[in-house]
Amino acid sequence: MEAHSIIDHIPRLRRYARALVGDRHSADDLVQDTLERACNKFHLWRAGSDLRAWLFTVMHNVFVNQVRSARYQLEQAVEEVPVVLVRETQGDALELAEVERALRRLPAEQREVLLLVAVEQMSYAEVSRALSVPIGTVMSRLSRARERMRAAMAGGNPAVSLKVVK
Amino acid sequence: MNPVAERDLHAYVDGVLPQARRLEVEAYLAEHPAESEQMRVWAAQNAALRTLYDPVLKEPLPERLLAALAARRWQHYALAASLFAIGIAVGWIARDTVSTPASALASFARQAAVAHAVYTPEVRHPVEVGADEEKHLFTWLSKRLGTDLKSPRLSPLGFELVGGRLLSGPQGPVAQFMYQDAKGQRVTLYVAAQKRDGRDTAFRFSQEDRVSVFYWVDRNYGYALSGEIRREALLRVANSVYKQLNP
Repeated sequence: MEAHSIIDHIPRLRRYARALVGDRHSADDLVQDTLERACNKFHLWRAGSDLRAWLFTVMHNVFVNQVRSARYQLEQAVEEVPVVLVRETQGDALELAEVERALRRLPAEQREVLLLVAVEQMSYAEVSRALSVPIGTVMSRLSRARERMRAAMAGGNPAVSLKVVK
Repeated sequence: MNPVAERDLHAYVDGVLPQARRLEVEAYLAEHPAESEQMRVWAAQNAALRTLYDPVLKEPLPERLLAALAARRWQHYALAASLFAIGIAVGWIARDTVSTPASALASFARQAAVAHAVYTPEVRHPVEVGADEEKHLFTWLSKRLGTDLKSPRLSPLGFELVGGRLLSGPQGPVAQFMYQDAKGQRVTLYVAAQKRDGRDTAFRFSQEDRVSVFYWVDRNYGYALSGEIRREALLRVANSVYKQLNP
């Protein structure tokens, strides 16, 4: 088994998991489950194909199963609670804490797409393959994620009313 | 020009538009301030998300994640070790391998190889304490491992001490020392306490993907020397380490 090459991808899997799940411990649980599953299913990986893309697919499948299970019920419940965000600045430097809160409130499927595009910098086609959804679905989730993020950051104001301060 | 669709705007922000189309979108944005503002917001989201999560890339890897990979490999080893055990049982010579199970030692070599693979590619932070604080390094790690660790001189073989770090292993603290030659090739010495009933062993060799490992047990401590260099060259270094630790 290519343990070495899998090791090379662990930092990126951890980054994605942290962004997806939030707290460090749960994120590393997700990575650990992913690595164990990847090792079990390693014979399904086609040698020579993109190992990173395959690992992200495995992580997506593990994540989806977890979201379905009771383990994430609490998080889902929290997401339903409306949070009033106070926007302090609207310069190019967005308040990072606000960005994180807005991210947490995205539906999981939108969060996945946004993170794979923005943080992992995958192409839309790669995201489509990793999540096993049509590219049109990738684009609509991306669009909704960006709009929800913007609305949360802006306190619900429409985009045109945003002003660049300073 | 084709009308600019929302998909073009996403692709513009994500930097995946072909040059020609990018220029068309830029021209469009110049005349559409609302969309232009939207692009700025989306780009700021991308940047903020990377700022938030990129630091995770630089965190040391938790031992349990490496163990998740090692545990899986372990099954192959368990199989190999049992076949090996049957082989030597038939051949009778098993006596000096029974007290320290071959499987536990193989696992030790595996941990050393994984630690080697994780830390040797590091450019900026290969070690916690550098060779410039050699005395402190050996005092500190000796204290943590509960033994008197000596610093082997490997310069006659072309390797200089880079430094060392403390790691956590299944049995407790582990010391890792890193050495480097003029070509930048690195070898690591991995030292951990072994079970008390562990008997001293001769050198054993293990090949873990690209990493070669010589390992042995000496007075309740396990030593593993790992490197991605020729087996003969690594053996010379291992011999030198062994002799210096057992004058």
